[in-house]
Amino acid sequence: MNLRKYLKVYKKFLHTSLASELEYKTNILVDLITAILSLVGSIFLLSIFFQNNGYIGGWKFEQALIIQAIYTILNGITNTWFNPNLTEIVKHIREGTLDFVLLKPIDSQFFISLKKINPSGILEVMLGLLLLFFCIKINQINLNLSFLTLSSITISCSICILYSLWFFISTTTIWFVKTWNAIEVLRSFLYIGRFPLNSFSFSLRIFFSVFIPIAFITTIPSEVFLGLSVLWKILLEVIVATIFLITSRKFWLFAIKFYSSASS
Amino acid sequence: MVQNIIDVRNLSKSFDISSKEPGLKGTIKHFFRRQTKSLKVIKDISFEIKEGEIVGFLGANGAGKTTILKMLCGLIYPSEGSILVSGHLPFRRKENFLKNITLIMGQKQQLIWDLPPIESFYLNASIYDLDKFEAKKRIKKLSEMLEIDEELFIPVRKLSLGQRMKSELLAALIHEPNILFLDEPTLGLDINAQRNLRKFLQRYNKKTNATICLTSHYMKDITSLCKRVICVHEGAISYDGELDLLLKKLSPVKEILIVCRSEEDAIKLENSGFTVKNKIKNEITIKIENNSITSSLKTILNNFDIEDLFINEPPIDEVIGKVLIKKDYDI
Repeated sequence: MNLRKYLKVYKKFLHTSLASELEYKTNILVDLITAILSLVGSIFLLSIFFQNNGYIGGWKFEQALIIQAIYTILNGITNTWFNPNLTEIVKHIREGTLDFVLLKPIDSQFFISLKKINPSGILEVMLGLLLLFFCIKINQINLNLSFLTLSSITISCSICILYSLWFFISTTTIWFVKTWNAIEVLRSFLYIGRFPLNSFSFSLRIFFSVFIPIAFITTIPSEVFLGLSVLWKILLEVIVATIFLITSRKFWLFAIKFYSSASS
Repeated sequence: MVQNIIDVRNLSKSFDISSKEPGLKGTIKHFFRRQTKSLKVIKDISFEIKEGEIVGFLGANGAGKTTILKMLCGLIYPSEGSILVSGHLPFRRKENFLKNITLIMGQKQQLIWDLPPIESFYLNASIYDLDKFEAKKRIKKLSEMLEIDEELFIPVRKLSLGQRMKSELLAALIHEPNILFLDEPTLGLDINAQRNLRKFLQRYNKKTNATICLTSHYMKDITSLCKRVICVHEGAISYDGELDLLLKKLSPVKEILIVCRSEEDAIKLENSGFTVKNKIKNEITIKIENNSITSSLKTILNNFDIEDLFINEPPIDEVIGKVLIKKDYDI
């Protein structure tokens, strides 16, 4: 793979995508207001849960806020990259414009995963980061090298798992053509990621760890922030993320062999 | 000797198609127990195309023309048989192969809708690994050939269909491919835009010796661009050869309108043994076989007092229409 070429293409993707989005200034403003209101609403909801009892699943409100911050960052990443690009796969397949992607001398997964960017999602990422810094302060977290390394690894793994899950579902469009519902179900499962895994019953914990690994996406990185995580959990997250990434890649390469293009 | 750039041998393609009975009952049945059957849309076809050739694929809707084009450019995997395009197996979609081809579809677009076409051109240039200087040079050259200038800087959504198609062409040709697959490129364009596009394709072919495979329902596209046509009927090739030969075979006679000096001459001509189509006063229309046109005209001019005459070719759409419904042409 020619890294220089891919960087150059990504720079162009950023440029064209931002230019397209900036054509509609009001839309960006509305998205920003929505992101702020959504974050305020989520924190308010979380505070109601903690009102009568100081702890949920062994987590204090200040600690649970870290999960909310990580969720907001991940949701921002979802809205910046996954949502505009991966929902477009469905359109590409239904309308047959995937033809143009497949005939370009560039990796098709790279193209359809990164071509677009939604700037309002970046604002959500920034809001999440602000909340995270606030949580670091109120929880008196020591910012040393091992903490920074482990938190970066776990958050990167969370992004990979989230991307792979989304990409996997979008890829099935090649056979099923419409998979909006499956993506909506995934998004609603992600809302669960705003709460500590321990606050759920044992069977739900198993479900959200094994079948839909929501637990890996927010809880493990949050445990790293609070110094509650054990090494095997971090290793497991790295392994799960790697397996998910490789599987989604292989699945895509397998699926495009069945692409029959739309009739003209 | 000119090399074959496309070589297709015993190519077949089948699709699984599901069918549904009408009405609510049919819908429910279709939802729970979908019945699919394998449909062979391309049936054991073979042909070669030489470098620099412009070949038209003719056929009715659903005959399989677009499927053939999509297999040639590597979008669809063939079920049986082999395809070699520029020495590559298309469905592997290797970088060197993709840099050599392009697909233009009249009904689909790749330009970024909210931005001026120039942005899409530079994006494509970076995908094809062209530096900014080279991209600029090629955009200038192609925009001159396509006669577009200001349109390059207007958002795509505000361009007319003709301007958009020209921009689509530029976006698809920026990497200077030597094989062009065109699927109904003039669809929906007005007469002038169609003519300009055809002129451009002719010039591009002459200038670069690019091979062009074209499907179109506008016969003017085919007659002005293609010397050779491949007729596809229900997934099989019904004719592969020169367009002129096919036209001669399909329309062996020409209609000649003769204006005589007097009505008497017209009556004399009517009774002289020619096949008469109709006669109005001193104007008479006769049918003459293609191979005896010269001798027949000599006889008429020598023996009758003729004021004027017009040789009418049968309408090409009418002639080609026969191809779309016939299975085989032995010429």
